[in-house]
Amino acid sequence: MAKTGAEILISALEQQGVEVIFGYPGGAILPVFNNLSKSNIKHVLTRGEQAAAHAANGYARISRKVGVCMATSGPGATNLVTGIANAFLDSIPIVAITGQVNTSMVGTDAFQEVDITGITQPITKHNYLVTDADDIPRVVKEAFYIASSGRPGPVLIDIPKDVANGFCGDKLSDELELPGYKPNYKGHTIQVKHACEALLKAKRPLIYAGGGINLTGAYQQLLTLAERISAPVVTTLMGMGAFPFEHPLFLGMPGVHGFPAANYGLCNADVILALGVRFDERVTSSVEKFAPKAKIIHIDIDPAEISKNVSSHIPIVGDVKTVIEDMLKRLSAVNNQERLAEIAELKSKNEYLQRRLQSDQINPRQIVEKMSDILPSDAIITTDVGLHQMTVAQYYRHCFPGCFLTSGGLGTMGYGLPAAIGAQLAAPDRKVVCVTGDGSLQMSLTEMATINAQKLPIKILLFNNSCLGMVRQLEEVSYPDDNFYAVDLDGNPDFCRLAEAYGWQSFRLEKAEDIDSILTEAFSSAQPVLIDCIIDKKDYVFPMVLNGRPLNEMLMP
Amino acid sequence: MRHTLSVLVENRTGVLSRVSGLFSRRGFNIESLSVSTTDKKEISRMTIVVEGDQKTIEQVTKQLHKLIEVIKIYNITGEEFVERGMAMFRVIPTPENRAELMQVVDIFRGHILDFSPMSMIVEITGGEKKILAFEEALKPFGIAEVVRTGEIAMIRGVKSKNAKGAE
Repeated sequence: MAKTGAEILISALEQQGVEVIFGYPGGAILPVFNNLSKSNIKHVLTRGEQAAAHAANGYARISRKVGVCMATSGPGATNLVTGIANAFLDSIPIVAITGQVNTSMVGTDAFQEVDITGITQPITKHNYLVTDADDIPRVVKEAFYIASSGRPGPVLIDIPKDVANGFCGDKLSDELELPGYKPNYKGHTIQVKHACEALLKAKRPLIYAGGGINLTGAYQQLLTLAERISAPVVTTLMGMGAFPFEHPLFLGMPGVHGFPAANYGLCNADVILALGVRFDERVTSSVEKFAPKAKIIHIDIDPAEISKNVSSHIPIVGDVKTVIEDMLKRLSAVNNQERLAEIAELKSKNEYLQRRLQSDQINPRQIVEKMSDILPSDAIITTDVGLHQMTVAQYYRHCFPGCFLTSGGLGTMGYGLPAAIGAQLAAPDRKVVCVTGDGSLQMSLTEMATINAQKLPIKILLFNNSCLGMVRQLEEVSYPDDNFYAVDLDGNPDFCRLAEAYGWQSFRLEKAEDIDSILTEAFSSAQPVLIDCIIDKKDYVFPMVLNGRPLNEMLMP
Repeated sequence: MRHTLSVLVENRTGVLSRVSGLFSRRGFNIESLSVSTTDKKEISRMTIVVEGDQKTIEQVTKQLHKLIEVIKIYNITGEEFVERGMAMFRVIPTPENRAELMQVVDIFRGHILDFSPMSMIVEITGGEKKILAFEEALKPFGIAEVVRTGEIAMIRGVKSKNAKGAE
C-alpha cells in the first residue's frame, strides 16, 4: 500500500538516525505526530516551541548529531524563530520541521498560516516548502546534510497538511540535488605554507580560537599547535573549553568582558592566528582599533567570514581541524624561553580577576569558582545571557572541552534551561547545571515541567539580583546621572517556593560560608534542584570595554 | 564602481526572493537584475548589476555563494563583454516636432511600437550609456512614461578562462 508523506517523513528521520525530537503539536502538523507515535523516536513535549528549538540546539551540541525540533503552522512556527536564529548565529546543526496549512490555502491568510519559509530565510542555512510528498526523502536527506556539513546551521522544512496526508508514488528518490553546494574542507596549500612561515617568523604570535574548534572537536590539534610554536591562546565565548583553562599558555577569553591578559595579548600580538572565529564586535570592540600591529591569518570554513569585519592578510578557507593538521606537518617546534617568560608576565594581568573573588559579601564569582571544584570535569554547564553568563565564562574552569553551552551570537535570554534539557537527554549520565539569572530564567521557567515529565536531574543555579543586571550595569556606565529604568524585576516570585510547587528540591544561598555545603548537597542530588543565590544588584562584571573603545582600555575598578 | 555579475542558479521557486532578500538585508544596492531560463531547464541565469567598492563586491559574491541554490557566479566586470538592456518610452510630441522625433529614433536605431494622435511608444535596445543618451535626446519632446528591463550580458569571443568564477 502506498505510504503517506507523514509516514515517509518519519522513516526518513529514522534513516538519519534521529533518536529524539523536541516538539509541540497542533492542527497542521498532526498527521506527522500521528505517525511519530508509531515510531521508536522519542518525542519530548516542551512547554513552548522556542524551548523545543533551544533543546534541539543543546542536544546537537552534546550529541554531535543534528538536533530536531517540530512545531505546527502559524504561531507554532513563529515561536521557533528565536531558537532558529540562535542556532544560525552559533552555527549549530538543527533541523526544524513545521506543519503548514493545506497547499490550496497557502497564501490566503488562512487560520494559523504564516509564510515561515519567508520569515526564516535570513536565519536558516536553507529552507524548504515541500509541495509534493514524493520530494520528502530527498528533502530530509538534503536538510540533514546541509545542516551538518560545511559551516553547520539550521535548516527548516515546512510541510503542508495535505502533503503530509497525501500518498507518495512508488518511485521515491533520496538522491541529493545540490549542484551549487560544495563546502571546502582542505585549506589551500600555498596559503597554509604562508601561514606557517608567518607564525615561525613572529615575535609575539597569538592564537585566537572560537566556536569552530568546538564544532570540529579540534582540541588536541589546537593544544599541539599552541605548544609547538609556544603561542598563547585566547578562546572566545563560543570557544570556551577548547583549550585547558589551567594551561600556562591560556590567557582567557578576549572581548568586552574579557580577561585582561587576553585583551592586552590581542593588542600587542604581531601575528594573530584566528581559528574558527568571526571577529564579532563583542570580541573586537572597536573594529578599527583592533589588533593594530598584527598580521592576521584567518582560517574559517565559511569564505564569507574572511575579511568581513577585519581584513585578513593570510586567508585560508577550510575546516579548522583539517587545516591545523596540515599546518602541524610544516611547523617545527619553537622553544623560546624569553617568549614564555613574556607570556607568564602577561598572564599575571589576570590576577585582577582573582582579586575580584574576594569580598565579605557573597558574590557570584565565588559561587562559580566553588562550582568548578565540586562538579566533575565532564559536567555540562548551560547559561542564559547576562552577568551570570560572563561570570561563568570568567570563573568556571571548564576542564572538559565542549561542555559549556551558551547563546553566543544572538545573546538569547531563555536559552539555558531548554538547552540543559537537550544536553541531559544527549548525555543522561553527566551532571547538567543551568546557570541563570532571574530575568533569563523567567523567559523559560515553564520548562521546569518538561524536566519533571522527562525525569531529568537538572540543576538550576540561579543568580537572583532582582533585576536585569547586565542592562543595569550598561545604564550605569552609559548614563551616570540617570535613574535606572525598566531593569528592576519587581514582582519576582519566591523561586524556592516556585521550585517546590514543581516538586523540586530547593536551596536559598545567602551567606558566603554556606556556598560549599549547599552546592555539594545540591549537586549530589539525583533530583532536579534549584539553588536561589541572593546577589547584590550592584555586583557587576568587570573588566568592561566601553562601546567603541579599543580592547586595552578596560574599566577595571 | 559598477559590477556585472552573471549568476547561475537552480530554477526553483523562491530563488529570486532569496537573492533579492540577501541584497536588501546586507545593505547591498542592486542597480538592475534580470532573470531568465538557460539552455538547461533546471538552471536559470541572473544578471545582476551592483554598485560598490571591491570589498563590498567580494562580500556580495561570498554571501550569494552561501545560498544553496546558487551554482556559479561570474564577475564579468573586468572582461570584454557585451551588455544589452531595453527600454520603452511613451513620448508626447506635438504635430510640429513629430517628424524630428522620428529622426531621433532613427539615429539611435530605435523602433516606434505604437503611434496614436496623442502619444508614441518608442523602443531602444542597447548598453546602459546608449539608453541614457536616448533618454536625454527624448526629453525635449516630453516623456510621459519609462519602462526599462535589467541588463543582460555575455563575454565576447570564446568563453574566457579569466572570468572570475566562484564555484
